[in-house]
Amino acid sequence: MPHDHSDHSHGPDHPHTLLPPEPALRVRALETLLERKGLVDPAALDAIIDTYENRIGPRGGAQVVARAWTEPEFRAALLEDATAAVADMGLYGRQGEHIVAVENTGTVHNMVVCTLCSCYPWPLLGIPPGWYKSDAYRARAVREPRKVLAEFGVTLPRETAVRVWDSTAEVRYLVVPRRPEGAEGLDKEALAALVTRDSMIGCGLAVNP
Amino acid sequence: MGGRFGDGAVVPEPEGEVWHEEWHPRALAVTLAAGALGAWNIDVSRHAREALRPPDYARFSYYEKWLAALADLLVARDVVSPGELSGAAEPSQSPLAAKKLQAADVPAALARGGPADRPGGPDPAFGPGDAVRTRPFSENRMVEGGHTRMPAYAAGRVGRILRRHGTHVLPDASAHDLGDRPEPLYAVAFPAAALWAHPEHPGDEVVLDLWQSYLEPA
Repeated sequence: MPHDHSDHSHGPDHPHTLLPPEPALRVRALETLLERKGLVDPAALDAIIDTYENRIGPRGGAQVVARAWTEPEFRAALLEDATAAVADMGLYGRQGEHIVAVENTGTVHNMVVCTLCSCYPWPLLGIPPGWYKSDAYRARAVREPRKVLAEFGVTLPRETAVRVWDSTAEVRYLVVPRRPEGAEGLDKEALAALVTRDSMIGCGLAVNP
Repeated sequence: MGGRFGDGAVVPEPEGEVWHEEWHPRALAVTLAAGALGAWNIDVSRHAREALRPPDYARFSYYEKWLAALADLLVARDVVSPGELSGAAEPSQSPLAAKKLQAADVPAALARGGPADRPGGPDPAFGPGDAVRTRPFSENRMVEGGHTRMPAYAAGRVGRILRRHGTHVLPDASAHDLGDRPEPLYAVAFPAAALWAHPEHPGDEVVLDLWQSYLEPA
């Protein structure tokens, strides 16, 4: 058990207090210890960081949205079984094992939060932004989503209902924002450039061309 | 903390900003690499973060919670000793070293993920449109003080089934080494007025993913 008060043979209940308090030193101490015990390869850590810094990020999700805007069959497949639809584009992976796509319309605006931790569709959007992991967003998005949206500069008409998805399980939600007016002649690449990360969390709108 | 008051404004940030401190990427990577050893599952690690002392949980930044929980788990699971953690003891080679995540295997490991759906489990008791009430407490029913994914703000409230997600590992069991105990998982929609005394808009809803044992017919 991770938190067993009956067993003191392993020292304090919270062994992390044995590490230096300063976070940068904590990381270094943990990495060094695990490396010396043969449990962590620093080159593997570099590879993980490279993946989320350079290979996986919100441009993946933007490609998905641009296809949904332009290919009716893909849009239907995405709304039916997003996990399979995005896997066909090579966007399956850790923290994206079960994807559901939710589409914004004139009557419903979708917004995603994880009040319990910070669940987020990594293969489609990368590592969550700082605000998504903040206490303020986690506390407020479910109770006053419209005030939170206003802090992102988004004001919805009263006839649009807000549906906030609290990611309490292993299902990860991708918001398909509304396609902006005036984007008719654009190809998929140009359309994807209009799709911001925040619009795929539901805290923004796709930008106008 | 869903619904809590007093947290202040949400501060947007540019899209290219992945890390906020020089040590953040290392904290993420060492946590993922340690998880790949297989000494615990994702529910155990979430519980370890939640089990930090409340003042620490409140005071630690996001990745500080990860680091503290990682250190606690490494000791709780006998992967490292308290002496090794404090630096008092010379690190010994671990029997788990054979499971070390190799750099060449990182892309495949991250692409493979860890699906939470499982075959079997009880038959679905609810279908889309059914009215359900959540259980009246947001506590683990099997382990006192244990892990659960039932947020306090939605306990004892009436909503309706929006969709079925299939059958998923039950975190309340999985976080405590009680097996997967898979159950039907549902997206359940709650009117804002069923959750909050001062809803912003009568048409707004909050949708939560909830396991069958969290629900009863309403």
